[in-house]
Amino acid sequence: MASVRTLDATFAALADPTRRAILARLALGEASVTELAEPFAMSQPAISKHLKVLELAGLVSRGRDAQRRPCRIEAEPLAEASGWLENYRQFWEHSFAQLDNLLEELKAEQAVAKKSTKRRNAKGDKA
Amino acid sequence: MSAPKPLTITTPGDREIIVTREFNAPRELVFDAFGKAELLKRWFNGPPGWTLAVCEVDFRVGGKFRFVWRGADGVEMGMGGTHKVIERPERVVRSEIFDQDWTGGETIGTAVFTERDGRTTLTQSVVYASREARDAAARSGMAEGMEMGYQSLDAFLADQVAAGA
Repeated sequence: MASVRTLDATFAALADPTRRAILARLALGEASVTELAEPFAMSQPAISKHLKVLELAGLVSRGRDAQRRPCRIEAEPLAEASGWLENYRQFWEHSFAQLDNLLEELKAEQAVAKKSTKRRNAKGDKA
Repeated sequence: MSAPKPLTITTPGDREIIVTREFNAPRELVFDAFGKAELLKRWFNGPPGWTLAVCEVDFRVGGKFRFVWRGADGVEMGMGGTHKVIERPERVVRSEIFDQDWTGGETIGTAVFTERDGRTTLTQSVVYASREARDAAARSGMAEGMEMGYQSLDAFLADQVAAGA
């Protein structure tokens, strides 16, 4: 299972809409910083800053080509993050569905207990 | 009557995961279902196909608890810890650690139960105690604070798949 350290970095990186948009663009294929900056109306340094965060989180890697240094998406940390959350969600959703059933049973038991107490009290009053 | 609010998972801080869920029952009942071993055995089975094989709960401040879940293939997942705060029917705080320690050290789990119109909202938070995890998050520039719901990640991944990644 992925370490929490990696997952924290992944979630932090994904928390920003610009960074999610960059990843969505890179999902279509690799791109240079210039190409990435174009649709965002952002300066290249601002895009580079976001890329640095994505790189540190392992979500993006940079090519060796010194001029272009193309950026590409790394799918594994994303899969780890969504896999981990999915397991977490399933654990609780499945358990809570059973808890819903249990709570209905407990409420029914309580209602019966109340009735029989009332009946007993009523009898006690008469006696 | 409207359906109870579904489960949400958020990661609002650099060390925290929060799960919320609404239950159609008064909070005393929900609280007891979390604290009494004989009730936990009836629902706390984990993911589909798993069962709660070991359920030991000393529900007192300083008392220990231990759970072991068993999967269909015989795989076991164990976790335990100590109760720090018990305020029926409102709040429980406990330390937690999984046998495999995949959380990078002990975590602190807090469950808060609030009731409205006969329904109980449970807010469960888990805070990671490890400095390492927190520092990694700080380095990745999340000081501005984040609100990353599972659904936005899900939507993002769906977009990605749709885009042919």
